[in-house]
Amino acid sequence: MYDFTYSKPASLGDAVAALSKDAEAKPLAGGMTYIPVLKQRLAKPSAVVDLSGLGMSGIIIVGGKVKIGAMTTHDTVAKHAGLKAAIPGLAALASGIGDEAVRHRGTIGGSLANNDPAACYPSAVLALGATITTNKRSIAADDFFQGMFTTALEHGEIITEVEFPVPEKAAYEKFKNPASRYAIVGVFVAKFANGARVAVTGASQSGVFRHEGMEKALSANFSPDATKGVTTPADDMNGDIHASAEYRAHLVGVITKRAVAKA
Amino acid sequence: MPQVTLTVNGKQHTVAVEARTLLVELLREKLGLTGTHVGCDTSQCGACVVHVDGVSAKSCTMLAVQAEGTSVLTIEGLAAADGTLHPMQEMFREHHALQCGFCTPGMVLSAIDLVNSHPQGMTEKEIREGLEGNLCRCTGYHNIVKAIDAAQSLMHAK
Repeated sequence: MYDFTYSKPASLGDAVAALSKDAEAKPLAGGMTYIPVLKQRLAKPSAVVDLSGLGMSGIIIVGGKVKIGAMTTHDTVAKHAGLKAAIPGLAALASGIGDEAVRHRGTIGGSLANNDPAACYPSAVLALGATITTNKRSIAADDFFQGMFTTALEHGEIITEVEFPVPEKAAYEKFKNPASRYAIVGVFVAKFANGARVAVTGASQSGVFRHEGMEKALSANFSPDATKGVTTPADDMNGDIHASAEYRAHLVGVITKRAVAKA
Repeated sequence: MPQVTLTVNGKQHTVAVEARTLLVELLREKLGLTGTHVGCDTSQCGACVVHVDGVSAKSCTMLAVQAEGTSVLTIEGLAAADGTLHPMQEMFREHHALQCGFCTPGMVLSAIDLVNSHPQGMTEKEIREGLEGNLCRCTGYHNIVKAIDAAQSLMHAK
């Protein structure tokens, strides 16, 4: 790991200032992705700004909305009784990220800011049509994810909270890599009064995406059988030693059907 | 150079470290506590698991400076001062839950966290799922699961 200076600001304003004054400074949330990145010398920040002193942790459920602080760990999301009742699919998703020790430190804000193309959380945020709040503004999920490891966040902009509308039904299903537990294909399905939303992670070269064909079919009839015959082009799929592009395209259909059955 | 003050196995230490020093490096190289192992060094194998403020964490994926003000428990801190083993260690011995022993410190610390976070007890399936972040390359999982099952009865009876 290249060396860097480290700071742990006590306020959001101080954290934003520390990042804004230095174009090479990077924020650190739980570190479950960023520390491995540093260890592999894939990044060389001048300064690392630890966000763990800012609070921003906890879950509030009010008026049909679930608000999750950006520094809330996967373990907290997985075990929160109120969330399990409101959006069980979201709690279940968190319970399947990494392993127990990773879930104790990894955070929802860190996962979203990183936007790994195989991360679980982006699919839930996109399928549920969540709103991402930063120190500057609110960003709709549809505008937030902009391709692999790319988001609408500007330098020095920090996610503070994620707000989810409560759907009628929702579920997440993933076909996971047995070593890393990352999604080879992960699908989050959500049914709202005005239709269904389906987001796929792990599969595409462009990162998480909404599946229009599945949304149309499931909006008409939210049942596992409705996914039959809905195809996914392999052109834009990832292919690697774990799964070819064609196999991933096929898995999207299988995993979506399982997710709907689970919802 | 940054200084970090933390409690390890009940004893407070203040150590000068580089910002890039990992918690496991602080434990092994600065404090000489070599019971915590580095296996894969990529967050997957769990040989480096310790407790940070009472819950399991992979010390190869945490900066030492992030441990400022925390209380860390390593394998060296489990047995009583008179040498009496922790029930989890005792059951690992009883059930021959180790072969080469390399994964054992992380297995024991993860197992204690699992038992603590499941006061209602775990089924065999839950124990196996709970260990997904700890790899034993001797593939000695079966006896490890038996040891944890036996230890949870002892720990919950206390």
